[in-house]
Amino acid sequence: MKRALWILAVLLSHWRRHPMQLATLLVGLISATALWSGVQALNQQARISYDRAASALGGARTATLVGSNGESLPQQIFVELRRAGWPVSPMLEGRIQIGGRSLRLLGVEPLSLPIEASAAPAIGTSGLQGFLSPPGQTLIAPDTLAELKAAAGDTPLTNTGLTLPPLTPQNESVPGLLVVDIGVAQRLLNMPEKISQLLLGQRDLGPRAPLASIAGGETLRLVEPDAETDLERLTDSFHLNLTAFGLLSFLVGLFIVNSAIGLAFEQRRPMLRTLRACGVSALQLNSVLIVELVGLALLAGLIGLVCGYFIAATLLPDVAASLRGLYGAQIPGELTLRPQWWAAGLAISVIGALGAASASLLKAIRLPVLAAAQPYAWQQAQQTALIVQGALALIVFAGGVGCLLLGDSLVAGFAVLAAILLGAALALPAVLGLVLLLSERVARKPLAKWFWADSRMQLSGLSLALMALLLALGVNVGVGTMVQSFSKTFTGWLDGRLAAEVYLNAASDAQAVEIKAWLRDRPEVQAVLPGSRAEAQLGGWPIDLIGFADHATYREQWPLLESSPGAWDLVARGEAALISEQLALRLKLKLGDRVAVPTPQGSWPLEVVAIYADYGNPRGQLGVAIAALVAHFPGIAQTRFGLRVTPAAVPALVTALREKFALDNRSLADQAALKAESRKIFNRTFAVTNALNAFTLGIAGVALLTSLLTLSQSRLPQLAPLWAIGITRRKLAVIELMKTLSVALITALLALPLGLVVAWCLIAVVNVKAFGWRLPFQVFPEQLVQLVGIAMLASLLAALLPILNLLRMQPAQLVKVFADER
Amino acid sequence: MHGKSPLVSLMLSVRALQKSYRSGPDRVSVLRGVDLDVAPGESVALTGESGSGKSTLLHLIAGLDAADAGEVRFGDTLISQLSDAGRAAFRRDHLGLVFQQFNLIPSLSVADNLAFQSRIAGRHDAAWQAELIERLGLGSLLKRYPEQLSGGQQQRVAIGRALAVKPLLLLADEPTGNLDEATADEVMSLSRDLVSRTGCGFLMVTHSARLAAMLDRRVHLHAGLIA
Ligand SMILES: Nc1ncnc2c1ncn2[C@@H]1O[C@H](COP(=O)(O)OP(=O)(O)OP(=O)(O)O)[C@@H](O)[C@H]1O
Ligand SMILES: [Mg+2]
Repeated sequence: MKRALWILAVLLSHWRRHPMQLATLLVGLISATALWSGVQALNQQARISYDRAASALGGARTATLVGSNGESLPQQIFVELRRAGWPVSPMLEGRIQIGGRSLRLLGVEPLSLPIEASAAPAIGTSGLQGFLSPPGQTLIAPDTLAELKAAAGDTPLTNTGLTLPPLTPQNESVPGLLVVDIGVAQRLLNMPEKISQLLLGQRDLGPRAPLASIAGGETLRLVEPDAETDLERLTDSFHLNLTAFGLLSFLVGLFIVNSAIGLAFEQRRPMLRTLRACGVSALQLNSVLIVELVGLALLAGLIGLVCGYFIAATLLPDVAASLRGLYGAQIPGELTLRPQWWAAGLAISVIGALGAASASLLKAIRLPVLAAAQPYAWQQAQQTALIVQGALALIVFAGGVGCLLLGDSLVAGFAVLAAILLGAALALPAVLGLVLLLSERVARKPLAKWFWADSRMQLSGLSLALMALLLALGVNVGVGTMVQSFSKTFTGWLDGRLAAEVYLNAASDAQAVEIKAWLRDRPEVQAVLPGSRAEAQLGGWPIDLIGFADHATYREQWPLLESSPGAWDLVARGEAALISEQLALRLKLKLGDRVAVPTPQGSWPLEVVAIYADYGNPRGQLGVAIAALVAHFPGIAQTRFGLRVTPAAVPALVTALREKFALDNRSLADQAALKAESRKIFNRTFAVTNALNAFTLGIAGVALLTSLLTLSQSRLPQLAPLWAIGITRRKLAVIELMKTLSVALITALLALPLGLVVAWCLIAVVNVKAFGWRLPFQVFPEQLVQLVGIAMLASLLAALLPILNLLRMQPAQLVKVFADER
Repeated sequence: MHGKSPLVSLMLSVRALQKSYRSGPDRVSVLRGVDLDVAPGESVALTGESGSGKSTLLHLIAGLDAADAGEVRFGDTLISQLSDAGRAAFRRDHLGLVFQQFNLIPSLSVADNLAFQSRIAGRHDAAWQAELIERLGLGSLLKRYPEQLSGGQQQRVAIGRALAVKPLLLLADEPTGNLDEATADEVMSLSRDLVSRTGCGFLMVTHSARLAAMLDRRVHLHAGLIA
C-alpha cells in the first residue's frame, strides 16, 4: 500500500511540473461530464414529472377497462363488475373550461379506488370526509391554482355556468388536472350516470366471472397499464435530440482527454522506464496508472457534475417552456436530482476517462523496459496512422450509407448522423495532410516550403483538436441551417394557418352566442368562423380533431401538401378529413385511405383526402367539418371562433370586444399577437439547441488552445534552429500564428460542406423520423460566413497565448535546445 | 519477497549466458556463453569495444531482458526463474542501476529522485541518505530539478539513488561516459569509496582503461565471450 502510494506520488509529480497538461485533461473531463450530466439532468427531470403524472390519479400506470369503441359507459356496469369479483373503480374524464382555459376534469370514486392508483393521499386518509361530503373538494396542483389566479377555497364557474367544489391545492396533483368526486364530475360534464373508464386494481377479491358473462361486459376492452405514457411517447424524440447533443459534447470532451493523456504518456515514457528499471513491476505500474486516472476522473467528475447542475438549471426554463409549448408537458421549474444522477455522472466520467486513455494504457502495459535500439520511426508511424484512419473513415461512411438505406427508425437516423460526423473527423487528418502536401509542392520560396512542411509535421499533434473543431463547426452549420430552414418555412406556414385576423375564445357557450349576435351588426367583420376541438386516440396515438367551417379562408390558405380532387367538398359533408403530415407518416396513411375515429357516438369513418403541414405539433391532427365534429362529440365547447376583419379595423374591434365582454389577452388575440407568440415558442425550443451548440464550439476552442499550448513546448527544437540562423522571434511568432490560422481555416472550410450534409441529414432523415415533418432544404450563405469568422476568431484566441509565450521567451531557453540533446 | 532474506554472502554468478538479436532476416549472436562472477565487496570493470554486448550483459543481469540460454544467479536465486514481478522486486530491493544518461525522473526534485527507490523498496534510511548527500556533495542541490543540473551532478544523483537502497550489487553502464576527465575521476572515486563502505559488489561498464584500472579487477568482452 505504502509502496503504491510512493509510486503514485512519483507519477503525480509529472502533473506538478506540467500544470497546463493537467488543466487540459481536467477541462476535457469536466466539460464532457458537465454537458453529458447536464443533459441527463434535464431528461431525468422531465421523466420524473411524466412519471408523476402517469402514476398520479388519471395516469396510465393502472390497467383499465374502457368501452371498446372509446365511448362512455353506463354506471351500472361498475356495479355488475364489483358483484362479479372485479376490483374495479369507476372514473369519468372530460374537459371543462374555466375563464377561457381548458382543463382536464377527473371524477373518481375514492372508496373503491385501488391503493396503487391513488397518489393523492389526502383523499385516502383524513381528507376523505371533506372530499365526499358536500360541498366536496376540487383537488388541484398549486401551479394550476396560480395559473387560474384563484385562491384555495374559491368555487369558480365553468363556461356552462356550473359551480366547482372549493379548490383544494395538493402538491401531489398533476398540473392542469382537476380531481373531483365522480358524482360532481357527472354534473359538471353533463353526463349523468355515465363513466368513461374503470380502473382495475391489483387486489384479489376472490374468483372473477369472465367479462363476457357480465351484463354489458362484451362492450369492454382491457387496456394494460402503459409502460410508456402518451407524454413519454410524444416527447421521446425531443429527449433523444437532447441526448444526442449531450453525447456529441461528451465525445468532443473525450477528444481533449484523449489528446492530453496521449501527450502525457509520451512525456512520461522515460519516467515509466526508470520506474520499471528501479524495480516497479509492470503490474504495479499499470495498476497505479489506472488508480491515478480513476482518481483524476472522479475529481473532474465531481466538478463536472456541479457544472452540469448549473448548465441544467440554466437551460431548464427553456426546456420546460418548449416542452410545455410543444407537448403541453408540465415540468416544474426547479431541479430535483436523484442520487443515481450523481453516481451515473461519476461513472460516465470514469468510463470516459478510461476509454479515452485506453490507447495510452495499452502502450504502457506493453512498454518495454529497455528503449528500442532503432529510433522510433515517427514519420512512418504517422503515415500508417493516417492510412488506418482513412480506411476507418471509409468503413464508417459505408456503415452510415447502410443505415440510411436500411434503417427506418430515429435511432437509425442518428446513426447516419453519427457516421457522417465520425467519418469526417477520421478523414480530416488525411485530407489536411493532402492539402498541406499540395501547398508545399506549389510553394517556391524556401521559407514558404518550410512553412507548409512544418505545418504538416505539426498536424499529428493538432489533429485531435482540429477534429473537435471540425465536429463542432459541422454541427453548428448543420443545426444552424436546419433551424433557419425551419424558421423560414414556419413563418410561411403560420401565415397559412393563422389566416383569420382575430381569434376569440368566449368564457362560456352563452357568452359565445352573445358575442356572435353582437358581431353580426359590425360591418367590418366579414365572416365569423367557428372552430372546435376534440381529443381521441387513433392507432394508439393521441390525436386532436379540429373542426372548422367550410369557408374560402381555409380553402385558399390551408397549407396543404397534397390533396385529392374535391377534397374540401367531401370534408364539408363530414365524410372526409384533412390529416397532418406527422400523423400520416406515423400511421402510414395515404390519400384515399380510410380511418375510423372512436367517438362518444360510436366509430366515425373518415376518408383521408388531404395532407397538410402542421409544424411544431407532436400530436396528430385531423381537420374535419365543425358540424360533423359537434355531432360526434356532443357537449364539446363551442366557444372559439376566428374573425375575418378588414385589417385596418382590427385594433378598434379588438378594443371594443375587450371592453364589451371583459375578455383578457388569452381569450382574445389578433393575428399579429398569435404569430409573435408562436414564434416565441419556436425560438425557445431552439434556445436549448443553440446553447448546446455554443458549448460545443467553446469546448472545441479550449481543445485547440490546450493542444497549441502543449505543442508549443515540444516545438522549440524546430524553432530554435531558425532563430539561430537569424529569424527574429517576432517573425517566428507571426509564422507560427499564420500556421495555426491556415490549418484552422482549411478545417473551417471543410466543415462547411460537412455541415450542409449534416443539415440535410437532420432535415430529411432525423426530423422526419423524430417529428414527422419534412422541410424544404435551404442554404444561408451569410450564416456560413459568420460561423467561419467565429471559428477563426476562436483559433486566433487559442493561438495567441502560445505565441505570446514565444515572444517573451528568453534566448537562454532557445540556446538550451542546442545544449542538451533531449 | 527478497527483502528480508539474508543474502550477505551472496555473489553474482553468470554461467554460459547467451543472447542473440534478430536483425532483419537473420539473428546476430551478441553473447555466446558468458561466465562471470562478482563477489561481495568486489569491484569489476567490464570493457569491450562498442557493440560488443556490454549493455546487453548488464541488462540480462538486472533482469531487464531475458537470456536465450544460460543462467544469472544471486546466491541461490535464479533470476530467469522469477516472474516479472519477482524480477522487479529483486531489482528494487537488491540492485542499484546507473545508466549512461536519463537516470533521473524529470518531474522529481533531486531530493525525491534520491529517495524514491528506497521509499518504494520500503527501506528508506534517513541517516544513510543524509550521509550519501554529504559524501556526494548534493546538499545545495536538493530542491533543484534534473534539468537544472549539469551532467556530472546528474550522475552523482543517480549513484546516490542506486546506493540509497544499500544494494547487493551496483550495476553501472558507463556512468561517466558523458563527463569530462576530472569529473569522471571524482564520480568514480566517490562510487568506489561508497561501494566499499556498504560492502556491495560493483560491476561497471567503461571504455576507459584509466578508470578500469581504478577497480579491483577488469574483464574484457570480446566476440561474445569474457576473456
Ligand atoms: N533491442 C535490440 N534489437 C536488436 N539488436 C540489438 C538490440 N539491442 C542491442 N542490439 C545489438 O546488440 C549488439 C550489442 O549491443 P550493446 O548495446 O550490448 O553493445 P555495447 O557493448 O553496450 O555497446 P556500446 O559500447 O556502444 O554501448 C549491438 O550490435 C546492437 O546493435
Ligand atoms: Mg552500451
